[in-house]
Amino acid sequence: MNHGTVKQAFIKSLPVMAGYIVLGIGFGILLRTAGYGVLWAFSMSVFIYAGSMQYVGIGLIAGGASIITTMLTTLMVNARHLFYSISMIDRYKSAGNYKPYLIFALTDETYSLLCDGKVPGEADAGRYRFLVSLFNHCYWVTGSVIGSLLGTVIPFSTKGIEFSMTALFVASFTEQWLTDKDHIPALVGIISSLICLLIFGPERFLIPTMLLITLALTIFRRREESAS
Amino acid sequence: MRAVILVAVMTAVTILLRFLPFLVFRERTPRYIAYLGKVLPSAIIGMLVIYCLKDMNITEAPFGLPELLGTACVIGLQAWKRNAIISILGGTIVYMLLIQVVFI
Repeated sequence: MNHGTVKQAFIKSLPVMAGYIVLGIGFGILLRTAGYGVLWAFSMSVFIYAGSMQYVGIGLIAGGASIITTMLTTLMVNARHLFYSISMIDRYKSAGNYKPYLIFALTDETYSLLCDGKVPGEADAGRYRFLVSLFNHCYWVTGSVIGSLLGTVIPFSTKGIEFSMTALFVASFTEQWLTDKDHIPALVGIISSLICLLIFGPERFLIPTMLLITLALTIFRRREESAS
Repeated sequence: MRAVILVAVMTAVTILLRFLPFLVFRERTPRYIAYLGKVLPSAIIGMLVIYCLKDMNITEAPFGLPELLGTACVIGLQAWKRNAIISILGGTIVYMLLIQVVFI
C-alpha cells in the first residue's frame, strides 16, 4: 500500500481524533454506568458506529425498549444519513471494493472531512477515503473501550473538550464558504436550521430541517443550475 | 439477550439508512439527485453547526459567550491559516479556558 496515501489520510483524519476519542470515552463511561461492560462498548462502536445513536441506545438497552421503539428511534435519529449517502452517490461510484465500507462508515464527522470531494494529488481516491474512514472508526472504537475500562479516572479536567466536534463542523463550514463561489446552499442550511430550531425546539428540529433544506434547494434549483 | 437484539436492530437500521440511496440509484443518478448531491454538503454542514450549538443558553449568564467566542475563534483561524487542525485546536482550547477559568 502506498505509504504517502496512508500519511495523507492520517493527517486528514487528525481533526476528528480528539473529538472521537473524547466522545467515545464519554459513551464507554455511560454504558458501563448502565451496567454494560467493555465488550458491549466495543461491539456497539464497531457495528452501529453512529455517535449520537449510541448515546440514545444506552437508554434503549438499559430501559429494555421494544424492538419497534428501537427501530423507530434509530430511523429518526439517523435519518440524516440518507442525506449524506445521497450526496456521496457520485463520489463513491468508482470506489470498487472499498465502496461497502465507505458507505457503512459514513458518519457526520467522516462526511464533513470527505464531502468537499478533494483528494490529494496522486492518491487513489477510493483508498484515500477508505483510510480516512477507517482511521476515524478506530478512534471511535478506541475511545469507547478506554472509557469503558478507565471509567472516570482521568487526571485532568476535560470539561468542554466536546467543543472539538462543534469546532470541526465550524471549520468545515468556513472552509466550504471560502472555497464555494455560490453561498446559497450554505445559507439555506443555516437559515432552515434556525427557523426549525425556533419552531420545533432543540429535541426535534432535525427532520423538519432536512425537509425544509430539500424544499428550499429544490426551489433554488433552476437558479443554481443556470449559475453553474 | 434482549440487549443483543436491540444492538442488532440499531445496527441494521443504521446500515439500511446509509445504503438505501446507493441501492435505489444504482443504475443511473437522476439529474435532480445529482443536483442535490452537489448542493447538499454545504447546507448539511450548516445544519450540523446549528445542531452542535442548539443547547446554547442565550437567556442566562454567560449568554452563550463561550460558544460564540469559541466559534468566532475557529472561523478566524480557518480564514487565516486554512488549516482545520489549527482551527479546531485553537477554538477548543479557547472554549475550555472560557468555561473552566473565565465564566465559572
